[in-house]
Amino acid sequence: MTNINRKDKIKKGTILIACICFSIVGFFISIMNGAVKISPSEIISAIFFEEATVNYQIIWNVRLPRTITASLVGTSLALSGCILQGVMRNPLASPNIIGVSSGAGLMTLIVLIIFPDYYYLAPLGAFAGALLATLFIYFLAWKEGAATTRLILAGVAVSSLLGAGNNAIMTFYPEKVAGVIGFMVGGLSSTNWKHVDMIFNYAVIGIILLLFVTNKLNILMLGDEVATGLGLNVEATRFFFIIISSLLAGAAVSVVGLLGFVGLIVPHITRLFIGSDYRYLIPATIFTGSAVVVLCDTLARVMFAPLEIPVGIIMSALGAPFFLYLLRRKKEH
Amino acid sequence: MDLKVEGLNVSYDEKSILKNISFNVKSGEIVTIIGPNGSGKSTLIKTISRYLKPRSGDIYFNEVNIRRINTKEIARNLAVLPQVKAVSSDVSIEELVSYGRFPHLKFGKRMGKDDKEVIAWSLEKTGLFHMKDRYVATLSGGERQRAWIAMTLAQKPKMLLLDEPTTFLDICYQMETLEMVKDLNKTLGITVVMVLHDINQAARYSDKMMVMHEGELREYGEPCRIVSKDLLKDIFRIDADIYEDKVNNCPYFIPKKNNNTAGKCQDD
Repeated sequence: MTNINRKDKIKKGTILIACICFSIVGFFISIMNGAVKISPSEIISAIFFEEATVNYQIIWNVRLPRTITASLVGTSLALSGCILQGVMRNPLASPNIIGVSSGAGLMTLIVLIIFPDYYYLAPLGAFAGALLATLFIYFLAWKEGAATTRLILAGVAVSSLLGAGNNAIMTFYPEKVAGVIGFMVGGLSSTNWKHVDMIFNYAVIGIILLLFVTNKLNILMLGDEVATGLGLNVEATRFFFIIISSLLAGAAVSVVGLLGFVGLIVPHITRLFIGSDYRYLIPATIFTGSAVVVLCDTLARVMFAPLEIPVGIIMSALGAPFFLYLLRRKKEH
Repeated sequence: MDLKVEGLNVSYDEKSILKNISFNVKSGEIVTIIGPNGSGKSTLIKTISRYLKPRSGDIYFNEVNIRRINTKEIARNLAVLPQVKAVSSDVSIEELVSYGRFPHLKFGKRMGKDDKEVIAWSLEKTGLFHMKDRYVATLSGGERQRAWIAMTLAQKPKMLLLDEPTTFLDICYQMETLEMVKDLNKTLGITVVMVLHDINQAARYSDKMMVMHEGELREYGEPCRIVSKDLLKDIFRIDADIYEDKVNNCPYFIPKKNNNTAGKCQDD
């Protein structure tokens, strides 16, 4: 190993540590801020010594579940997008492209609007819808293998078809639309420990599975033919990654609604900092995804307090310009 | 490594691309597939490299049917350099070459000392060691092709499949690439099967040539037998004079003036 090689590793390692610090800081900022400001020392004593103060109640019942949910949602969506951009070899790939948003959206609308008595099945419906839409797209794109261009085209077609279904339901039941707006925009208000339970297992399993196979994503990036030549079973690997990203994004969407933007933009921002080597990109994305959603949600709570705005709006309003800025700056070098 | 292909049929959407192809390649040979556009040469290479699935027929490496061998196991013996390949803008030569170790790595394991030695050896062998930290995307076409060949070398293959390795390279890099392939064949005993467009280059660098035409294997043999007036006229639709290159000990041809120009390259 030469100097430059080692330097490169140290640099990437440093960026990775910075990402971890960023997400820890984000976590604390989120718990500190809200209707009542809480100091870091109070947070520590509440979490580790469980002193029964008012702040303890706020932290345990409100802020902690919400922040953990935001963190897991951010990680899941960002990872999902990160994998898809690699697997599809397309920078515009995001959980939307494999039908996660449209599938989850349609199922949720069906449950909430047509069968409102079964409202508690909505998260399950969103999850099932995401997975079914993904499988349907994969099935349509299959023709002696699922080439990435066919996958993307099938994804766009199926998404717009399901989107038409969404719009049709909203047109037929205009009086009930107000109740589902929160889901459509994506938000974290009134999150509790139940929501943490809903996403925790999927996120953790997804992360652990992915950390073992990051080098396969690197191989896949070389093109299908090269990857086959290197002994990678391209079809099976691609299917595995698509299902994992559908599970991750589906779980996230079932908790917070259609928060698709994270999956597109966070992986790109992370890539601009740490490069395209998935052995570093995946771990880094876990933390940047978490930090971005946690911080945006904090802003969403604090900015117009006591009024709360959906985190999806903040994320698009801040993320898009920041992303464009990074893109331009990168070009100049 | 011996290669045996038996009764290979490949089709795409009912259209038959390869028709009943059978041949043998002996260990240590360089075999070059030539043929007009659309004759099925690339399809043949892609099928042997298991990227395309044959409709029927079998492929054997050292007498073992590849359907019975794990794909990673195959990749430890067979390296492929396709025409279409991609590399991210921030991948260094050394990193690209390290991907060649992928079939040798156990699940979830990192690269060990011997893997790193093989990578260094591949870089040395292709003359890239001094520039191994440069990004592949910034290299010239010829250097980039060398980097890819170094990656296939890191697989420590016994056979190498190359699909038009000289396309888009200037004549100097074409020669460099082919000389390198020849050298790897001579010094390491790697069996080579490749597709080339330039028939004179094929004649010069190959032990045997294979002529494809409309999905069929038309001729297979030594260059002096393959490069003939009749074959060039029948299959490539050109009139040519055949000469002997006494320096390189191989035949070469010079095309005559083409009288009927437009539309001549299409089939009747």
